[in-house]
Amino acid sequence: MTRQPPLVAVARSRDLDPEHGLDLLRTMLVIRSFEERCVELYSAAQIRGFLHLYIGEEAVATGVTATLREDDAVVSTYREHGHAIAKGIGLGPIMAEMLGKVDGVSRGRGGSMHLFDAATRFYGGNAIVAGGIPLAVGVALADQMQGRDRVTVCFFGDGAVDEGAFHESLNLASLWQAPVLFACENNHYAMGMALERAEAQPDLALKASGYAVPSWRVDGMDVLAVEEATRRAVTAIRAGGGPVFIEYDTYRFRAHSMYDPDLYRDPAEVEAWKRRDPIPALAATLREHGHLDDDAMAVMEAEVAAEIDEAVAFAEASPLEPLEDLERFVTSEVAP
Amino acid sequence: MSAPTVAEPATVTLTLREALKQSLREALIADDRVFLLGEDIGAYGGCFAVTMGLLDEFGPGRVRDTPLSEVAIAGAAIGAAMNGMRPIAEIMTCNFSLLALDQVVNNAATMLHMSGGQFNVPVVIRTTAGAGRQLAAQHSHSFEPIFAHVPGIRVVAIATHEDARAVLRPALDDPDPVVLFEYPRIMTMEAELPVDPVPVDLSTAAVRRPGSDVTLITYGLTLHTVLEAAETLATDGIDAEVIDLRSLRPLDDATVLSSVGRTHRAVVVEEAWRTLGVGAEIAARVTEEAFYDLDAPVERIGCAEVPLPYAKHLEDAALPQVPSIVAAVRRVMHRG
Repeated sequence: MTRQPPLVAVARSRDLDPEHGLDLLRTMLVIRSFEERCVELYSAAQIRGFLHLYIGEEAVATGVTATLREDDAVVSTYREHGHAIAKGIGLGPIMAEMLGKVDGVSRGRGGSMHLFDAATRFYGGNAIVAGGIPLAVGVALADQMQGRDRVTVCFFGDGAVDEGAFHESLNLASLWQAPVLFACENNHYAMGMALERAEAQPDLALKASGYAVPSWRVDGMDVLAVEEATRRAVTAIRAGGGPVFIEYDTYRFRAHSMYDPDLYRDPAEVEAWKRRDPIPALAATLREHGHLDDDAMAVMEAEVAAEIDEAVAFAEASPLEPLEDLERFVTSEVAP
Repeated sequence: MSAPTVAEPATVTLTLREALKQSLREALIADDRVFLLGEDIGAYGGCFAVTMGLLDEFGPGRVRDTPLSEVAIAGAAIGAAMNGMRPIAEIMTCNFSLLALDQVVNNAATMLHMSGGQFNVPVVIRTTAGAGRQLAAQHSHSFEPIFAHVPGIRVVAIATHEDARAVLRPALDDPDPVVLFEYPRIMTMEAELPVDPVPVDLSTAAVRRPGSDVTLITYGLTLHTVLEAAETLATDGIDAEVIDLRSLRPLDDATVLSSVGRTHRAVVVEEAWRTLGVGAEIAARVTEEAFYDLDAPVERIGCAEVPLPYAKHLEDAALPQVPSIVAAVRRVMHRG
């Protein structure tokens, strides 16, 4: 089977603003380090439930959100730590949520899969595959109807493309020209089901273009390419051009969740993708242009580690929600 | 001293569908955030002609015809509600609403709690239920109990013209999801109503016929069958009180228990299947709270435990009818 190469060329790294490049690197490093700490906390039984790691895919969340305004919205999936961090939610409240504490973004009611933050317009980790896609169309529609030039980014994986919700939503968004970026993180496996085994037509962008939605593929391991492609899309969407679909070709280095023994992937395949790790790749580019050296890298790593320490300390210090609040927020608390 | 004269309010004769339309129309006039979306609600005028004329009056931006995409209709309405709009989604029949059930249960109902109180979902979803038109097993069922099972949504069954005329105002004022059940079989039934709608409290049950010997508890379409049965019983010297539950979540226990406390007998009548249904819940609550007031076990009448058949004699036999209600009442009166 032949797949078309990505339609968007790799960004010209020589044009990279050093400060911006270092910001991108730091964001990816924060996401990676945060999740590595989560693994430790999971092993120590401080985090329970499902834990879906984004390790390997950091370039997508980082590059996409770099193109957004603060008032743009994000609708995400259950593998959303990276999206939440990149959107600007505090590490402390996210970590507190992982620990099920009352100072967590969702007061400990959501956990890893359900991070929400109204302040940064983060409409949640949705753990029903494709369940957030129609919701994103509605969020975008509301902005359109209220005359606001905001964009809604809807992240989902390759598995979501198999759900009816994906097809209904792309069609509706296209009919109504809703300002949505459909950001498909193709990590090649829907849990254990390989893309090629799940798709009669494995070209995801081709499916999306069937709904008259402009559809591109981009190298999701290259944060600069991700950013450049997304910026073009977001600019067009914001200008009223209707929805765009981008397939970010990426890979998760870890198993689907902490429960997954990862029996279905060839270790050689995993190793091959790890050699394309987006963090060392950007670091190498920055070094090549003289924007980064060993000392600067060590300083950044130390600063990020301290940030994570602080988040963990915040989370550990947070109390649990009182049991008498169990039934709060089933319905709204309307002031008398 | 002569009694003060009170001017009779001006009245108008309306079908139930006209009453619903007036309620929708006033909602659209009152609040720019309100819009309608659903299948054939615009150019066609609504499958049951409830929205006839609204497209012409309010335009395609506020009366939005959608493709046959129940997941996207419900999901987009939920997303728009989370972002400042007050959508009213129409799902043609409750059999089709099962396609939208994921969005209603996994998103609308969970969102506020799962997000730790951050995102309420002020969406209204209208759908239809009820048999009696020989539409067989995929257009006739009553799924009110399926929705009413779920915490986080309000479920209302609209059985009368008065409720239809006034329902949208309180439904839209509710900050949380509201699912409204309407009944095609009574859409053309006429009634004389005050020109100005009388406000309706969606949280409470309504006593539709006061009585002293037995409490008949029902909701939705079967209210009319039950009222007919009550008249038949009256000719036999049995004075039945008829309660229209109206709200299936939350249930108004107080009205039911107060009535049973006076009559000491209860029969629950519904068109849904009895097993694990509203009747079962009411019977349980009456038994828990008013066991020692009862002079007879609570009786339940519901649909025969079959998919509804097409042939009229079979459909009639499957549904609660006046004779079966009368027979149940005679049993609890120990006059069987």
